Parts: sequence; C-alpha cells; structure tokens
Amino acid sequence: MIAYFLKYYDRLFLALLEHVEIVLFTLVISILLASVITILIYRNETLGNLIVQIFGAVYSIPSLALFALLIPITGLGEKTAILVLVLYNQFLLIRNFLAGLENVNPSIVEAAYGMGMSNIQVLTKIQIPLAAPLIIAGIRLSTISTIGIATIAATINAGGLGNLLFDGMRTMNTYKILWGTIFCAVIAFLADDALKRIEDFIQKKVGVKK
Amino acid sequence: MAIAVEFQDVVKRFPGAGYNALDHVNLKIEEGELLTILGTSGCGKTTLIKLINRIHEADEGNIYLSGTNIKDIEPITLRRGIGYVIQQIGLFPHMTIYDNIATVPRILKWDKDKINQRVTELLEMVNLPPEEFKDRYPGQLSGGQQQRIGLIRALAANPKIMLLDEPFGAIDAINRSNLQDELLKIHRQSRKTFVFVTHDITEAMKLGTKVLIMDQGKIQQYGTPGEIIEKPANAFVESLISSGHVDTNYVRNGEGI
Repeated sequence: MIAYFLKYYDRLFLALLEHVEIVLFTLVISILLASVITILIYRNETLGNLIVQIFGAVYSIPSLALFALLIPITGLGEKTAILVLVLYNQFLLIRNFLAGLENVNPSIVEAAYGMGMSNIQVLTKIQIPLAAPLIIAGIRLSTISTIGIATIAATINAGGLGNLLFDGMRTMNTYKILWGTIFCAVIAFLADDALKRIEDFIQKKVGVKK
Repeated sequence: MAIAVEFQDVVKRFPGAGYNALDHVNLKIEEGELLTILGTSGCGKTTLIKLINRIHEADEGNIYLSGTNIKDIEPITLRRGIGYVIQQIGLFPHMTIYDNIATVPRILKWDKDKINQRVTELLEMVNLPPEEFKDRYPGQLSGGQQQRIGLIRALAANPKIMLLDEPFGAIDAINRSNLQDELLKIHRQSRKTFVFVTHDITEAMKLGTKVLIMDQGKIQQYGTPGEIIEKPANAFVESLISSGHVDTNYVRNGEGI
C-alpha cells in the first residue's frame, strides 16, 4: 500500500487538489448565496420556512439523480458538480443561518431597535455576532457534507478523490480505494477540526451569558 | 410648563383582540415630570409608551413630542432621542459595559473623549466604579447591576425623554428599592421627562410626580399620588388603591398582554 503511494503519489495529490478546489469553490459560492438569501428572507418567517422547505426537498434528491438531471442543461464536468453541491448546501446553511438569527434573544433585539439602530445596524452589530456560533456550525456541517458528496462528482467527470474511488472499484484496486478514502477522511477531519476551533472561539466570545 | 408629550385621541388595536388596547386616549405630560403609569396586565400601559417611540404605530389620533407630530420624524431618528429601558434589560452580551453604554453616542458620532467622559460620569452616577466595570461583560454582573447599566445606557446620549417599561419588575425587593432611590436621584438631577410603566402600586406612588391609572385601554385617573389616594376618581381606582391589586399573572416579555 505504501509502495502504491510512492509510485502514484503525484496522481493521488492531483486528485486531492482537484477535490479541495471543488470543495473551496462550492463553499465560497454557497456561503455567499446563502447569506444573500438569508438577509432577504430573515424578517419574514413564512417566507423563510417556505425557502427552507424548498431547499429541503432539493436536498432529499439523491446526488446521482441530481447530477443526471442537470447534465442536459449544464453538461458534464466541474461546473455542474459545483452547482449541485451549492444547491445541497443551501438547505444546511440557510436553515442554520435563520435558526441563528431567530435564536437571538428578542429583548436584546428590541432594545437595539428601541435605541434607534437601523435594520442593518441591528443585523450586523447585534444579530450576526450573536448568531455566529450557529452560523459557523452550519458552515461546518456543509463543509463536511460537501467533502463527502463531492466524491460522487467524479461520475460526471469533475475529477477529485471520487476518481480514485470509482476507478478503484472498476479495476478492483483496493489500494486506490483505500487511499481515496483516507484522503477524503483526512481533509474532512482537518476541516471539521479547524471549524470546530473557530466555533468554540466564537462561542466563548459571545456566549459570556445573556 | 411646556408639554413634553401629548396624546390626542389615540386609538390602538391589535389584530385578534376584541377591544382597543388604547381607547381614545388624551393625555398631556409636562416636561420634567416623572409619570408612572399603573394598571393591570392588558390595560394598555406598555402599549402607550411603545407608541411614543413608534415601536407600535397608533391606528387613530396623533402623538406630539415637544410639539412635533412623531409621524413626521423618522422612527430611527426619533428613537435616538428617546431613552428606552425594558424589564428584560436587553444588554448586548457580546459587548463590554463600556461599549453597551457608548452605543447611541457612537451612532450619533460623538468624539471619543466626549464618549469616554460620558461613560465615566454615568457609571459613577450609579455607584459602579468605572475602572472596575467598564471592561466587563454583562454576564459578569448581577441583575441589579445589569439594570443600572440598562438605565445609564438609555441616558447616555442625553435624551429629552426616558421611557421605562417595568424596569425593576424582575429584580429582588432590596435591589429594587435601591434602584428606585437611584432613579429618583437621577430624575431630580436631570430634570428630564420620565414615563415609567409599572404594575406595582407602591412603586408607582413612590416614584411618580404624577400617576396615570389605566384600565381596559382607558385612562381612569391622572393626578399626583396624593390626589389619587385621597380622591379616587372611580370604583376601579378605589379598589386598586385599597386592595393593592397587583397583577400576579403578569408574564410575556413585559408586553402585559
């Protein structure tokens, strides 16, 4: 197994890089999109619930099926993969972003408005900082989920660690499968750990007590 | 005496409620008064003050602040000139005491030295040593200390008028009495107009230069504490005074609904 690594490490790392690239693109786009959507809908509970339900329904479509559905429209490759992953993430992110904002103690928000803060000031100075732990928790969840689901993207030629897994399965190459799995698990673990630290730090900062 | 706040035939309804939360209220509050508004839950006392800073909007009638119709003032601008204290205090838990108190002065773009000076002066006024308290977080303070901060945060930018919605309702008896004394001192020193909502008769009588008694959205009596005790205007006021009728089922975010 080590021998396999030494012989093919360049291919393994290429796959890893591709994977990280897909994940990073997906996360940046997902977070931006989810933030915009959240800011547009957070003051309207009915609309918020509706949007979360819609993305919940999207989230329940198996990834292979969603890839297949989109191929006729957006073709094969990385673009389609990122599009699908972004769609999935919206459910995890928007749900957590909204929950974070709703969880802020209403009397704190009332005090803020009562003092003459504008909507934007209340959002940026009060609600977002106090919602930060749940916001980061959502990002953490979607990061892990993206790292996992991105492997399926190999089926539509998007590259990444999924290539190792599917090639390995096709050729019954256990080492290839193992290395793909290990890499995937390691980046998931590292990303999770880093975000967990950020989450703890923020929790400590804003969670001093109400 | 000039009029600080005037209500002209103000009506407020809440959807789903069978009666008017405020029913044709006419009221003049003179500058420098400490008006306590007394009543049971659902009598409209909290609604009344939330109309002044436009957290609620009146359905009918007009409200004037120093002669200006509040409809003609942007809610945000209006609120920056009004101190607002609520029972749940609502300090910002992620900000230091200093930052909490400096909130409105900063929004109003005061310069740093002026803010520093003001924060120090306010903390001293409520007997919290500035050096010891300004860098702490609200969570590190007792309930009584937190409400002192709530009070001076509302005073920070020198509002002409202070609205206080049962500010001491959740504070234990001893601290409550101290806070009442401090509030009296602040009122005497500042000569600002205070409108103070409470369901505690003792508190209303202790603090108010005038007392307004409300029931079912209507004013029952408006006068000095002495006048109210000596000459209750009607059976409701009489029973309220004599029974010490305090609303025990007071719950729900101080909205009194």
